[in-house]
Amino acid sequence: MTIDRSFDEPNDQFPVGMRVLAVDDDPICLKLLETLLRKCQYHVTTTSQAIMALKLLRENKNNFDLVISDVHMPDMDGFKLLELVGLEMDLPVIMLSAYGDTKLVMKGISHGACDYLLKPVRIEQLKNIWQHVVRRKKTDSKDQNNSDKPCHETEGGQAVTGTGDSDQNGKLNRKKKDQKDDENEDRGDGGHKNEDQSTQKRTRVVWTVDLHRKFVAAVNQLGIDKAVPKRVLDMMNVEKLTRENVASHLQKYRLYLKRISVVANHQANIIKASAGADSPYLRMGYLNGLGNVPCMVGSAQFQNADVRSLSSSGMLGRLNTPVGLGMRGLSSSGMVQLGHADNLSEPINNQNKFHQVILPGNQNGNILQGMPMPFEFDQLQHKNVVDHIGDLSSANNGSMVFPISSGLSDGSMNGNSSRNSFLGTPHNPVMLQGQPQGIKRDELRGNQSFVTVASSNREYSSLLPNFRRCIDGWPTVQSSEIQSNSFKSSDCFKQDTPNYLIERKSSIAMDTGNKSNDNSSIAAVPAGFPVLRTDLQSQAAPRQRSNAEKNMNHTEKQGWDENKANPSHGPNLMCSSMSSNNMIGQQNLVDSSTMQHNEVEQSALGTTANPKQGNLINQRKPQDGYSFDDVGSLEDLVTAMMKQEEDMSNIREGDWVYI
Amino acid sequence: MERSQMYRQLANMRKALFDQGFLDEQFVQLEELQDDANPNFVEEIVTLFYRDSTRLIHNIEQALEKNPLDFTKLDSYMHQFKGSTTSIGAKKVTNECTQFREYCKAGNGEGCKRTFEQLKKEYALLKKKLEAYFQLARQIGPVESACRPK
Repeated sequence: MTIDRSFDEPNDQFPVGMRVLAVDDDPICLKLLETLLRKCQYHVTTTSQAIMALKLLRENKNNFDLVISDVHMPDMDGFKLLELVGLEMDLPVIMLSAYGDTKLVMKGISHGACDYLLKPVRIEQLKNIWQHVVRRKKTDSKDQNNSDKPCHETEGGQAVTGTGDSDQNGKLNRKKKDQKDDENEDRGDGGHKNEDQSTQKRTRVVWTVDLHRKFVAAVNQLGIDKAVPKRVLDMMNVEKLTRENVASHLQKYRLYLKRISVVANHQANIIKASAGADSPYLRMGYLNGLGNVPCMVGSAQFQNADVRSLSSSGMLGRLNTPVGLGMRGLSSSGMVQLGHADNLSEPINNQNKFHQVILPGNQNGNILQGMPMPFEFDQLQHKNVVDHIGDLSSANNGSMVFPISSGLSDGSMNGNSSRNSFLGTPHNPVMLQGQPQGIKRDELRGNQSFVTVASSNREYSSLLPNFRRCIDGWPTVQSSEIQSNSFKSSDCFKQDTPNYLIERKSSIAMDTGNKSNDNSSIAAVPAGFPVLRTDLQSQAAPRQRSNAEKNMNHTEKQGWDENKANPSHGPNLMCSSMSSNNMIGQQNLVDSSTMQHNEVEQSALGTTANPKQGNLINQRKPQDGYSFDDVGSLEDLVTAMMKQEEDMSNIREGDWVYI
Repeated sequence: MERSQMYRQLANMRKALFDQGFLDEQFVQLEELQDDANPNFVEEIVTLFYRDSTRLIHNIEQALEKNPLDFTKLDSYMHQFKGSTTSIGAKKVTNECTQFREYCKAGNGEGCKRTFEQLKKEYALLKKKLEAYFQLARQIGPVESACRPK
């Protein structure tokens, strides 16, 4: 029997003493809310800034039971905050707004809100909000229990929990029925990620990059539509992971895919618009050495065609050369920034920077390195990612030389480069969740999109240093290699791999794709980087595919194969990564605002990406930190990227940045 | 003035505010929240409202002077403002906000400006009335209007 700690903590007199965090930029509403909540005998903490709210939550997730947030806030969109909280802390979030348009409410639900209240709030409504906390805890408990029991594998299998956790289907259905109530289910899913079954606490499974990769690989193998939690779970073969965990994650993943496909489309358009000039560059460089560049340039900014090339390692490389490292090119071209007018959430832009930086000169460079994976910065700003990126960006200020080194000259690239800085720190801190590295989210916010692939360490922190190294390495590398295609870079990768690709602990990295509408661009997802790139790749892949793929094909194939031994990986990887990235990123990151874009892209992406993602992710997995040892991955990446060309546009969305 | 008289007067004022549509149910909520722990809650919140909304009103005014008008921004400002007015129960002002929003959606600049003028009037009028109300309430003493004076 699982212990239901929710009731015991923090107060035995629950709901009295329930700890609520209230966020609203309007001081009057905030004060009123605070007073109302106190009247209900809750313990209230207020803040008028979303950033501060996140900070408080991150300091200690266990400090709060529930979050109430306004939708309309100047520093951060309420929906974004909602997603972040859901992903990172898995707390129930209630949205508050003066407007109750159906669309807004729908949006709230799809972002995972437990409830949606209209201002002015009445005390009667607040008196019942504790139910969301209870419900979630119960769901978590049940998940724990259920994992032991044989559950249906089908989507509906999660009947146990009763919540909509079980596959999206259930969730989606529910959503339609009752928007508000369904939110809980969505939330409940997050809670399923419980690995700690013994305590039955609301322990959450942290979907590290590695884990997520496995997940995506499994899903891809099964086929996105046919993937059922039980099968996925079996395939992943991870201890302590329950079916419920997988189911809820699957649900989110699907949403993400959907979102990114929408966004990807959107972004593709943007990229196209902006890409014009850069494309030539992109094509060349990327495919060349980058192969590995799984740069998922989350920022999807890859401006469509151009981006694509960029995305794949080529991008990075390309940027370097022609554009003078393109970074600028990238940014404009979309490598990083898909021109993402939309939200690309700042991070993406930053990412672009990263990408660019990295590429300089290194054509081979792993474009991916910088790939800020899931551009879904907005949403998922994974903390880690964000933070990491922040660092990167600060370091290079955009010129983050992502270790894309991979692309950079084969040998010269020193491991760093190959690493490809996956900097793609997710624009959203969400992306990198779980990364201990202290990427300051706030900083990163802007940068977020970069998911820095920390080499060797999963931790992001390590990433940063890597990047710096890479950066240093870049100059040398660049000149030397730019090579192209040969996946020399892959060789490079092999050497070091990197750190950059360091897997992000948090699976959220995937988000990168989503976050920013931008392009999740998996930008250079040079397959080579088994690392996280999966996201990047997928993200970038779609775009870059065309370019990158060419280059990458060679390398990627190898790389991927090596890494993972998944036969499908090769080209798939790219694709999958891209797609997965997108999807993943999208799911998480999908920023509400970006959602619109994402939707478009998602659909596009979703189609192609799905299968592929699995591959890429798989590849990554093998390496724990994404060591680029497998050069082959680059090739795969390339191939994948190529495949994903079309996906790229989709991917724009927060590519999953695995960092 | 005798306390009971003042009290009665206060009650009348309050009633008039409701009857004339200046305040709505939400204001009652605010009053209910007032207790020993928060003895001046209503006044505090209203004061906070007037202080904060001055800034918003100013922003809207500036935005309305631009050419061409940025309706999205105007809508956004108004959204914030409306959130506040509904929270304190300022009925008439809220109605004007809603009207303003409609005009924004329709892209009707003239309508927006007209409505905004009206809104400012209501806003100022309510402020005056509430000020008088609170002043009287303070005179009566710590005992709020809801309590009967001894």
